[in-house]
Amino acid sequence: MTSLHPALILIAGALLLPFLRGKARNLTVLSAPTFALAALWLLPEGKLWQVQWLDYQLAPLAVDKLSRLFATIFLLMAVVGGLFALRQTSRLEVPAAFLYAGSAVGVTLAGDLVTVFLFWEFMAVGSTLVLWSAGTPAAFAASKRYVAVHLAGGVILFAGVAGQIAATGDASFHAMQVDSISTWLILIGFLINAGAPPLSAWLPDTYPEASWSGTVFLSAFTTKTAVYVLLRGFPGTEILIWVGIFMIFYGIVYALLENDMRRILAYSIVNQVGFMITGIGIGTEMALNGAAAHAFSHIIYKALLLMSAGAVLAATNRRKCSELGGLFHSMPITTICGTIGALAISSFPLTSGFVSKSMVTQAAIDGHLQAVWLFLAAASAGVFLHAGIKFPWFVFFQKDSGLRPADPPASLRWAMILFAFLCIALGVYPEPLYALLPYEVNYVPYTAAHVITQLQLLLFSGLAFFVMLDYLKRTPTITLDVDWLWRVAGPEVAKSCRLALVETRAGFANGLANGLASIGALIARQRRPDGMLLRSWPTGSMSLWVMVMLLAHLAIYYLG
Amino acid sequence: MKQYEHWLDNPLNVRKLWRGFLVVLALTVIAGFFVDLHPHFEIESWFGFNAAYGFITCLLMIVGAKALGLILKKPDNYYAKDERDD
Repeated sequence: MTSLHPALILIAGALLLPFLRGKARNLTVLSAPTFALAALWLLPEGKLWQVQWLDYQLAPLAVDKLSRLFATIFLLMAVVGGLFALRQTSRLEVPAAFLYAGSAVGVTLAGDLVTVFLFWEFMAVGSTLVLWSAGTPAAFAASKRYVAVHLAGGVILFAGVAGQIAATGDASFHAMQVDSISTWLILIGFLINAGAPPLSAWLPDTYPEASWSGTVFLSAFTTKTAVYVLLRGFPGTEILIWVGIFMIFYGIVYALLENDMRRILAYSIVNQVGFMITGIGIGTEMALNGAAAHAFSHIIYKALLLMSAGAVLAATNRRKCSELGGLFHSMPITTICGTIGALAISSFPLTSGFVSKSMVTQAAIDGHLQAVWLFLAAASAGVFLHAGIKFPWFVFFQKDSGLRPADPPASLRWAMILFAFLCIALGVYPEPLYALLPYEVNYVPYTAAHVITQLQLLLFSGLAFFVMLDYLKRTPTITLDVDWLWRVAGPEVAKSCRLALVETRAGFANGLANGLASIGALIARQRRPDGMLLRSWPTGSMSLWVMVMLLAHLAIYYLG
Repeated sequence: MKQYEHWLDNPLNVRKLWRGFLVVLALTVIAGFFVDLHPHFEIESWFGFNAAYGFITCLLMIVGAKALGLILKKPDNYYAKDERDD
């Protein structure tokens, strides 16, 4: 137990940060994740911490290639995200983001299901605090819905973990088959965090409500931690292919309809995670490598895209495409960085997306899954459509909105430039990334055939965008998603149930009161001088009753 | 000659960009004649398959999204009304 746990270093930094100001704070923001990254790379492989808890052998710190890959990108994200957020005035946000990032690292380094679950829940706490630190009523309202979904997911996951441990007596976290209720529950718990249907709307509902820097952090950890646990826990689970493909097209269609620039990017997170989940479902070494590599490059370009959107938001205080446009005039660096991110997400040759996503496509080809391949190819074109062109076009180009904000301050600029550089560096020179992947890579992304077919696919998708531009004009609208069920339908049903209950109760109370009143009235009537109880009876009837009673006595006497 | 704030504001330059784009589009398709594109599936060996597939699927996605939008699009303040009630 001598090795340092990288997640705990980052969480310790998070707890220290609220007490620091000025330079000390900035230094800690940058150094805490850097130290954690160094500590991670000093760790050897294997189960480094072993703890006996109740009857179970737990391994809170376990390292292999897959966990090191994900922990590396999470910590890199924390460093550059911290740099981007240096000017964030909220004192809560960066510590919360580090708690969140540290917990995500904790999940990736957990060798057992109990530790996975613990850090899983800390992530929900950290991300909720990031949302709160935006400080707007909309963010607070969104955080309530966010927490509800994630607590439900946590309960499902906990039930699954408890069932699995009870059934097998083994708490270790390894590949599972979905053959029992508990493994199904674990899979569902993981998928909820991945943004899979049917609860997917939590992601585009809440992420865009965070601050200009908060959304950058939020985009990176929850969904990619879910990708990591699915990679480790459920590789080759066939249903994931179709879950992934659904997510891919759901993301594209909603992003095409969306007007809020950060909601476009939020939907495209679901879309990109769909590619990874499809890869996990295919389950070959090539596919799993592809899913892992794509998660790595995705975190970088998605953060870059959201940084450019965050820079625009911070400068203009506007987030709707219909109110933006023409920003390239005064924000050249943001425009270039955002465009590089947009090219990378579209898997353009020479960007990181090209070398990672094509491994998933290649795995579909190798497995002779023609239908899956056709879906993936259409989806690649669709990504260019909804994120690759639509985002930069409507934010930075299109009609001039007349806004002339300047490029953001140095800390934001450098964070963007760093990630833009990485997007291209990984695309030009993918070997270091390939060396980090869990399996050996026998894949050459740059062949003439691959580059040409990809360019055909993407550029003609671009042509479709401009041909159909009239149909894509932004309108000040939102598009209903499944969150409608819990924002409108649920409350409406509850309201009408309450109304029905109130009416029934009122009806019942009325009926009861009327009934009691009429009994009372009856009694009162009988107690009046002419009522049955106070009536003066004639002697005749008295002697009649005496006779009846004597007869009855006689009868009983004889019968007895 | 009219002064523009940025060279991209000049419609002449935009037209040049369009022409360049169309030339590049044509080149990627023509390249199919000279490079073996290693078709993996039968359907992929059709000439210009990726170009046509990219274009047509995108049109379908836009039209599909538009159709879905007819039912699901609501004004911006759709949820704001409820949140005031809270």
